[in-house]
Amino acid sequence: MRIKRQSDDNAGQLSLTSMIDVVFLLLIFFVMTFKIAAQEGDFNVKMPLQGQGSSSAEPELPIKIRLKADAAGNIADIIVNDSQSFGNDFAKLRSFIVQMTPGGVDGPSEEKGPEVELDLDYGLKYEFVVSTITSVTGYKQGDDIVRLVERIKFAPPRKPAQ
Amino acid sequence: MGRRKFSTKAAEGDMTPMIDMVFQLIAFFMVLINFSQDDQNAKITLPTSELAKPSEGPAEFPIVMHLDKDGTIYMGANTASVDSIRPLLSTEIAVLISQEKSAADGNIIIRAHKDAPGGKVQDLINKCQDLGFEKFALRVKEEESR
Repeated sequence: MRIKRQSDDNAGQLSLTSMIDVVFLLLIFFVMTFKIAAQEGDFNVKMPLQGQGSSSAEPELPIKIRLKADAAGNIADIIVNDSQSFGNDFAKLRSFIVQMTPGGVDGPSEEKGPEVELDLDYGLKYEFVVSTITSVTGYKQGDDIVRLVERIKFAPPRKPAQ
Repeated sequence: MGRRKFSTKAAEGDMTPMIDMVFQLIAFFMVLINFSQDDQNAKITLPTSELAKPSEGPAEFPIVMHLDKDGTIYMGANTASVDSIRPLLSTEIAVLISQEKSAADGNIIIRAHKDAPGGKVQDLINKCQDLGFEKFALRVKEEESR
């Protein structure tokens, strides 16, 4: 009897075409759904209700920052401890905080160190609130962040007159 | 004169490097893809801060709230205003209690639009405080390097 011999060329080879098709489909799917998003971070605010068991100790150095807004909601004035006015210059506010606080990477924490209370006009745009928090929280020195104030709280909101 | 016969194999390119590369690309995009819709909302443009650094680990019991510039709050698929947020938060508290925790263990992550009134954010924080929440995180976007 004659035995049929398979050709050496095609016997061991799998067809790659279907796999490549699927792989390309997958690739297109991932490329289309890919979205470059900027990194996000958090500012932590620990605010238990007044009068309830607050674990944090009394602030060593309370700093009150009053933020005034103009009619459009932009920052009009920054007043610290009812005395010093910095206009709308966040850099000046930061220099003031640097002078006031013994900064350092391991300096303040959520439990100790100076505390900042933000008292803002109701209509002030949130981005200015964040700029203020950024100014008092710390600053960048190269790639390191020098921490100034970790304890941030808000004064009661100033509701607009009805 | 004898003619030279070409083998059929000569016309086929080697697919191996291409497949290698395509698999690498797929692996790259798979690792970077983010399916979670919880912490994204197209209506919110976060304010930027140079100190924005991603937190070291995921927060325990996070409750993400998106605050639009007109004061609308988005929580998952639900929409509410600052004044009508209480039922949504009560649901979250019920979930926390079912896990033998209290509202004080929840982390409220506030993603507010940069033009939203700061007073609205304060109002929202106050509403959460009334229900016993203590830990808040104001989410910001990393400032693009100049």
